[in-house]
Formats: sequence, C-alpha cells, structure tokens
Amino acid sequence: MDYFIRYFSELPDMWPLFLAGFIATLQLLVISGLIAFVIGLVVAAFRVSPLGVLRTSGAVYTEIVRNVPLTLIFVFTAVILPTLGLTLIEFKEGKWFVYAIIALSLYTSPFVAEAVRSGFNGVPIGQAEAARSIGLKFGQTLSLVVMPQALRMTIPPLINVFIALTKNTSVAGGFAVAELFSKSGALIERWGNFPIPILLTTAVLYLVITVPLGQIAGYVERKVAVVR
Amino acid sequence: MTNLVLFDAPGPKAKRLSLILNILALVAVAAGIAWIIYTLAAPRVYPGANPGEEIVQPGYFDPSRWHIFFGEGSGELWGAIGQGVWATLSAAGVAAILALLIGMVFALLSNAPSRWVRIPTTVVLEFFRGMPVLLMMFFLLIVIFPGAPFWAVVGGLALYNGAIIGEILRAGLKALPRGQREAGLTIGLTSLSTRILIEFPQAFKQMTPIIVAQLVVLLKDTSLGYIVSYPELVRKTMNHLATYYGTDYRMSFFLVTLVIYLAINMLVSTFARYLSKRMTK
Repeated sequence: MDYFIRYFSELPDMWPLFLAGFIATLQLLVISGLIAFVIGLVVAAFRVSPLGVLRTSGAVYTEIVRNVPLTLIFVFTAVILPTLGLTLIEFKEGKWFVYAIIALSLYTSPFVAEAVRSGFNGVPIGQAEAARSIGLKFGQTLSLVVMPQALRMTIPPLINVFIALTKNTSVAGGFAVAELFSKSGALIERWGNFPIPILLTTAVLYLVITVPLGQIAGYVERKVAVVR
Repeated sequence: MTNLVLFDAPGPKAKRLSLILNILALVAVAAGIAWIIYTLAAPRVYPGANPGEEIVQPGYFDPSRWHIFFGEGSGELWGAIGQGVWATLSAAGVAAILALLIGMVFALLSNAPSRWVRIPTTVVLEFFRGMPVLLMMFFLLIVIFPGAPFWAVVGGLALYNGAIIGEILRAGLKALPRGQREAGLTIGLTSLSTRILIEFPQAFKQMTPIIVAQLVVLLKDTSLGYIVSYPELVRKTMNHLATYYGTDYRMSFFLVTLVIYLAINMLVSTFARYLSKRMTK
C-alpha cells in the first residue's frame, strides 16, 4: 500500500512524459486512421468495381498486405525505404514519425477495405431489386436505398479496425517513435522502483482510448441495427 | 451480382467501353509493377563523401546481392533462417495451445452462475483485450520472465488471444438453444459437466472458423518478438543476419522474409477458409 502511495506522490513528475506519449499515440491514431480510411475506401471501390482488372488488383493488394506482419511493414518503411531513397532528412527526428504513419496506414488500409466491403455485401440483393422495380435510377438506388443501409452496417466493424489501430500504434515505439509504449520504457528507466505501476498506468491510458471506442461500436450496432 | 441489379444489362456500346477501360486499367497496373521492378533492378547511385562524387552500387536483383543464398556456405545461412522460422512457429504453437485453454477458462468464468465471478471476469477480459499485446509482452519481460523473451512473447500472446477466444466462445455458448442445457441438467449432470460435455463441444464447432482466423492473427503477432528481443524470423533476418552479412544484402533478406511470411500465412489462411467451408456445410 505504502508503495503505491509513494508512486502516486511521484506521479506528478512523471505525468508530463505520460501525457507527451499519450498525445503522440493519439496523433498516430488520428493521422494514420484518416489515411488508412481513404486508401481503404479506394481499395473497397476497386473490389466492387465493374472492371475486372481493378477487382483483381484490389483483392491481391488486400491479400498481400493482410498477410504481412506489422513489424515487417515497419522494417520496410524504417529500414528499406531509406535505402530506396526516401530518407526524409528534412523531417530530422520527425522522420520516424512519418515512417510510422506510412507503416500504420499501409497495414490498416486492407482491414478498412474489408469492413466497408462487408457492409455493402451485407445489403440483401432484394433491396436493390425492389428499388429498381419501383423505377428508381442507378443513382437513386445507390444513394437512397443501398448506401444508407450499407453505411450503418459498416460503422461497427470500422470502429473495431480503429481499436486495433490504437493498439498497433505501440509497435511504432519499437521503431524510435516517442509514443506511449516507448515512453513507458523511458519512465521505467528513470523510476526503476515502479515498473509495475508505470506499466499499469500505461495500460489504463490505452484503455482510455479503446474501451470508449468499443462502447460506441456496441451502441451504434444496437442503435442502427437494420430491422428487416 | 449487385452490379447486375444496379445497372441495366450492358448493351454493345457499354460492353466496348468496359473492355477499353479494362485494358487501360491493366496497362496502368502493369506499368506500375514494371516501374517498381525497374527501379529495384537499376544500379543504386548514392552521393559520395565529396561534392560531385557518386557511389554506384549494383541493383537489387544483381547476383552480387544474392550469392550468399546459393552455393558454398549457404547451408549455414539457410540454417539460421530455419532457426528463425522455427522460433516463430514454436512460439505461435505454444501460445495457440495456451490461448485455447485460457479462452475456455474465460468462457466458463464469464458464464458462471454467480455474478461475483462473472463481473470480475468481464472486467479482466475487457482489460486484456483493450491494451496492446506488445505492452503485455513488455510487462512479462520486465516483471515476470526477465531474460526469457520466449515466455514473454508466448505469455503475452496467450493472454491477449485467450481473452479474445474467451469472448468468441462466450458468444458461441450464448447462441446455443436453451434446450441443450436444460436437457443436460434433466439427465442429472451438474451445471459444470453440462457446460463441458454438452455445450462446449457445440460452441467450439460453431466458432471454429473465427477461432482459426484469430490464430492466424496470433501467428502474425509473434513478429512483435522483434521488439522485445526474441529472435523470431524478422529479428533473425533483418537484425542478426543483415548485420552479419552487411547492409548490401538487407533488401535481399527483406524480400526473403516477406516471401516466407506470405507463404506461411497464406497456407494457414487457406486452411482456415477450407475449414470454415466444411463447418458451414
């Protein structure tokens, strides 16, 4: 008990480091989440496009990127890309952050694509048939009947993708980005007496992001469930 | 299929347009791939120490970048790569077995009759699922298994995936018809035996495809061992071997690692798909 009281008395000194790490983690999450979302939408569009070539390329991209471990993608961006000429010297220390963003966006994009695609495939074909048979045009069918149903079915799996992304940002800590995970290592180095409470605090800071996201996903799932 | 519903059937004009666009897209994709291969094959030019000076190195498909993989001494190299593969697969195998066991325990506890068991279990499940596996491995490495990264990797993967499998099994148990449990209790089995003998086998069978998919994720996540200094495949090739043989071979090692991972994961994924097809029949 005494031990934890001492920890909490030290916590104000540690807090700036925790906070800096937490903010860096949030930055990684938001920036690479947005980029992955855009790439994922494009890949999903490829996969449902009427052009066979685009469908195949989308499928091959998804299959390859999904089967490569995140660590290897980080090795690719942080070690291989510089030897290929993408040195990013102008970013100075920030280059690691950029490499991390590239790796996380790349890795997350096929999962976004799959979430979006499953939403569209989840709309029963009868919905589009019904819309067509009452005389709606292509655009009307898509925007008034298919899209509204597909989007709400897409949101919960998309949130789950972003929860996974939150946890994956920790890998950036292994590649020289000063985010929450690597900050916890730095904190343990300086306050060697408190490895357990420091790691628990770090875990709680991750949970502060992931648990509410999970709650939102569950809420949306119940709220917008399409009753047919 | 959806496309056929959304559009009218294409006439000759639309068919021709689609053919042209298809060819254009094919050319664009082929050009992109060709550009990547060309760039990799081209000699590498780096700025030298003095201004105006240039260092030229062979392209990445040059034999001088690959000779270590063939001929004399290559047996040792492949042996080291084999060690990396074995380290990855053995960690994944042990972690998978433990994760299944932990998952079953979690599923039992989170369906326990007493809420004094159920609610703490839910909290623990939520805790394990919500934090990064890497953090868990780091915790185990520092606090519980110092100097034993294998057990840190295995333990982290087993706890994290155990929590997820527990959640999957819980959903599987919930989806079973109530009659199954009632029948078990009626013939005089205890609550626990009903769960284990009657409900679990069915829930397991129902959820097998999802569980196998999760085990593929587990296999991929062994690569996090790279960061907690466990010499799995990525660390072995990209760190140990690339340092030993020199940076000239880094790209070659990367490509070899990539191909090995793709081969293993696609094999397991294909098996998972085959299994889920058989199960849903």
